[in-house]
Amino acid sequence: MIHSFLTEQRLDVTSLLSSVGASDRGGIASFVGLVRDHHAGRQVKRLEYSAYAPMAEAECAAIVAEAETRWPVRVALSHRIGTLEVGEAAVAIAVAAPHRGEAFEACRFVIEELKRRVPIWKREWYADGSSDWVNPVAPHAATATEQVEVGSAGGRHG
Amino acid sequence: MTASVETVTVKVLLFASYADWIGRETVEISLPAPATVADLVRQLRDELPQASRLPTRPLTAVNAVHATADSPLREGDEVALLPPLAGG
Repeated sequence: MIHSFLTEQRLDVTSLLSSVGASDRGGIASFVGLVRDHHAGRQVKRLEYSAYAPMAEAECAAIVAEAETRWPVRVALSHRIGTLEVGEAAVAIAVAAPHRGEAFEACRFVIEELKRRVPIWKREWYADGSSDWVNPVAPHAATATEQVEVGSAGGRHG
Repeated sequence: MTASVETVTVKVLLFASYADWIGRETVEISLPAPATVADLVRQLRDELPQASRLPTRPLTAVNAVHATADSPLREGDEVALLPPLAGG
């Protein structure tokens, strides 16, 4: 595969931004997702991302193509796989467009579709040495129940 | 000898929490034809004791494309059982 959306290397946001710039595009919107130091009340030390790689690559390509069809934009997308420390970038998206409205809309579309469709998983490692698979529900429907389950499931093993 | 029944053999791919629960990343499974994704999940849950933790309707893909419970299966298909996605 010529272009790979998944990488084990640190994400280079500057290169991603410059890869979409052009003289007829007046703006670049970007989103960078970072490893957070907490989840559901527990202290996170690092994250381990894994993927169903062939499908994840195909879904990323499809999402980029859809965004570039729907808006007059150029999209770059990169998702890191492997072990990431707190503060490191897990995903980076750059969207260049003639005008900012299209850039922001398409950037939002790409991250939401990525979360909905791309087969990537993450295991969180906690300060106490235990770990658990992150089991997100719909982004806007995170419930107290989910947090209790995540919190209690990982607490005493590992 | 029973009368020969036509079967469909597929390769099941397991990931993340599902691979942990079942203790392996691939399983080959033969189903009576014609078979769907739902038939495969049902048989997997019955055949492997650890697989009873799987949801009755997990997210799935056939040959690396998102599938539904009634997606048909053909000989040699790769069927992935996908735990809740957590990219980003």
